[in-house]
Amino acid sequence: MPDSPPKRTRREFLREALRAAGLLLFSGGLGAVLSRGEAEEMVWQIDPEKCTQCGQCATECVLTPSAVKCVHQYAMCGYCKLCFGFFRDQRPDDGTGAENVRCPTDAIRRRFVEEPYYQYMIDEPRCIGCAKCVKGCEAYGNGALYLQVRHDRCLNCNQCAIATACPAQAFVRVPRSKPYILKTRKASG
Amino acid sequence: MKRLPFYILALVLPAAAGAEENFPPPQFTSGYQFPPMQMPYPRAAIFGWIDLAVLVVTLVAAAYLALRLRSRRHLWLLALFSLGYFGFYRHGCICPVGATQNVALALADSGYQLPVLVGAFFLLPLMVALVAGRAFCAAVCPLGAVQEVVLLRPLRVPAWLEQPLGLIPFFYLGIAVLLAWTGSTFLICRYDPFIALFRLGGSGGMIAFGVGMLALATVVGRPYCRFLCPYGALLRLVSPLSKWRVKITPTDCVKCHLCADACPYGAIKPPTPAPRGTSRREGKARLAALLAVLPLMLALGGWLGYRASGVLARVHPTVTLAERVALEQQGYAQGTTLASEAFYITGQPNETLYAAAAALRARFAPGTAVLGAWVALVLGLKLIGLSVRRHRTDYEADPGACLLCGRCYEACPMQHAEDVEQWRAAAGEAET
Ligand code: SF4
Ligand code: SF4
Ligand code: SF4
Repeated sequence: MPDSPPKRTRREFLREALRAAGLLLFSGGLGAVLSRGEAEEMVWQIDPEKCTQCGQCATECVLTPSAVKCVHQYAMCGYCKLCFGFFRDQRPDDGTGAENVRCPTDAIRRRFVEEPYYQYMIDEPRCIGCAKCVKGCEAYGNGALYLQVRHDRCLNCNQCAIATACPAQAFVRVPRSKPYILKTRKASG
Repeated sequence: MKRLPFYILALVLPAAAGAEENFPPPQFTSGYQFPPMQMPYPRAAIFGWIDLAVLVVTLVAAAYLALRLRSRRHLWLLALFSLGYFGFYRHGCICPVGATQNVALALADSGYQLPVLVGAFFLLPLMVALVAGRAFCAAVCPLGAVQEVVLLRPLRVPAWLEQPLGLIPFFYLGIAVLLAWTGSTFLICRYDPFIALFRLGGSGGMIAFGVGMLALATVVGRPYCRFLCPYGALLRLVSPLSKWRVKITPTDCVKCHLCADACPYGAIKPPTPAPRGTSRREGKARLAALLAVLPLMLALGGWLGYRASGVLARVHPTVTLAERVALEQQGYAQGTTLASEAFYITGQPNETLYAAAAALRARFAPGTAVLGAWVALVLGLKLIGLSVRRHRTDYEADPGACLLCGRCYEACPMQHAEDVEQWRAAAGEAET
């Protein structure tokens, strides 16, 4: 093969040129990404305005129990004696016994504050993010209970498994420095 | 559905504030204070930079161990470390394989800024591949590492099977990029076979897939890497340009075939017989014919892709939802799904949803055309690659397929001869 040595060098040359072009491209991309220093990590969060309390959060998260928990916006709470998040809708004789509690894991602590107000507090380690209490409070109460991804637990999956299953497309990516979407009071007073 | 009246009220009377607040907040007289709200932050940003530093160090170490030290044992230990760190400690996220989709999404959607770390994770292994080949796959990627450590008795995948299966990653890459581009889903992350293992939990289907893959990986060298991994497809494209590659024998190849038997990934190509005049001319004619057909193939692929866009668009939840709502409205579907119920609760007009779905379909149409052309291009280039036979005089590692595992060094008898020489020399020096 008399023509093989020049061919080799031609191939070598082509490869070197392409490699240089590739390195330029990738380092340019890297430089562009790094210089835009403000593009921070994104984390997953539930938009409480979109959430329909479907119950997927309890079952779809890669973690058991879910990284989603109920949070309580005290400033929105009516401190009702008969909380719709705490008690079931249909109760014979409006009973307040343990059999009338909505939460399947008994994760809500009820405490008397002053007549006629009661404080409700989520016992987070027990909460499984099933949204049953949220649904009750949304339907009949002030909507002070809502679900949020808790970032001390969330693994920040690149594709959140709950987001994939969420029928309301309520999961959004938010910057890690503002990792919660808090509810605010809507009422004028 | 019980909330619907509130929303209608809110829509009709936007001024009727307080529609959501059924009970006024209490006026406490006992000096009660709201308990503090606990809002735990995600892990500090510094840990992200530590991840990046670990990535850089392991990449450089893998390249050094594979190409300079030529030590399979050290590579294996490094893979074990990466499996522990990126796999079990970091739960497999973020990884360059999945980051491909973040890059596609960021390029398509100006509302999503590519996080610095994700961009760096995507680019660094590619840059290393330009210089030193697939060092990332050798001992950094946790998905590769878990398959590497379970490989017991590699079976040889016959070429007729290996060649077509090896094209799947390119198709998978195309589909995953399209779905990320359209904001549909991150397919690669959804069907990551080992993520359930890294998190010690997951859906039943994913656990079954992972267990099946691991079982297969005991007898077939890295099935995910070779026949699925979309990032591996990118690395396969880039690595043939690498400056340093695996040089199997330190001296002369004696053509014993031992290295090719030792490579579980089918990456070692045997020497080719010198091409004869007629076969060369035939090859050239075939190449010319293929090059002439390639544009036709691209056009056909693009057209087929365009026709299939309706099917692929259904991966986007909004498109599926719009179809479902339309069926329900026309009375073709009974009842509601979770998604359609969620949509009715929002009280949005159906037309908004239909318009959003139509816009998405319009984005999918050119996207699937490009995808079809991409599939055709991959097929065409593969055919061309099969007809231009590179001339080889020795057994050589194909840099695109080589995962830098280091097994062939140990298999090469010349390496052992070389080692013996060196020991002799050392011993001789010690004596004198
Ligand atoms: S990102 Fe992962 S861990 Fe976090 S809520 Fe979603 S599925 Fe659960
Ligand atoms: S081929 Fe893919 S999964 Fe395998 S080691 Fe390389 S990047 Fe990881
Ligand atoms: S290092 Fe050698 S044995 Fe390992 S994949 Fe590359 S060619 Fe095959």
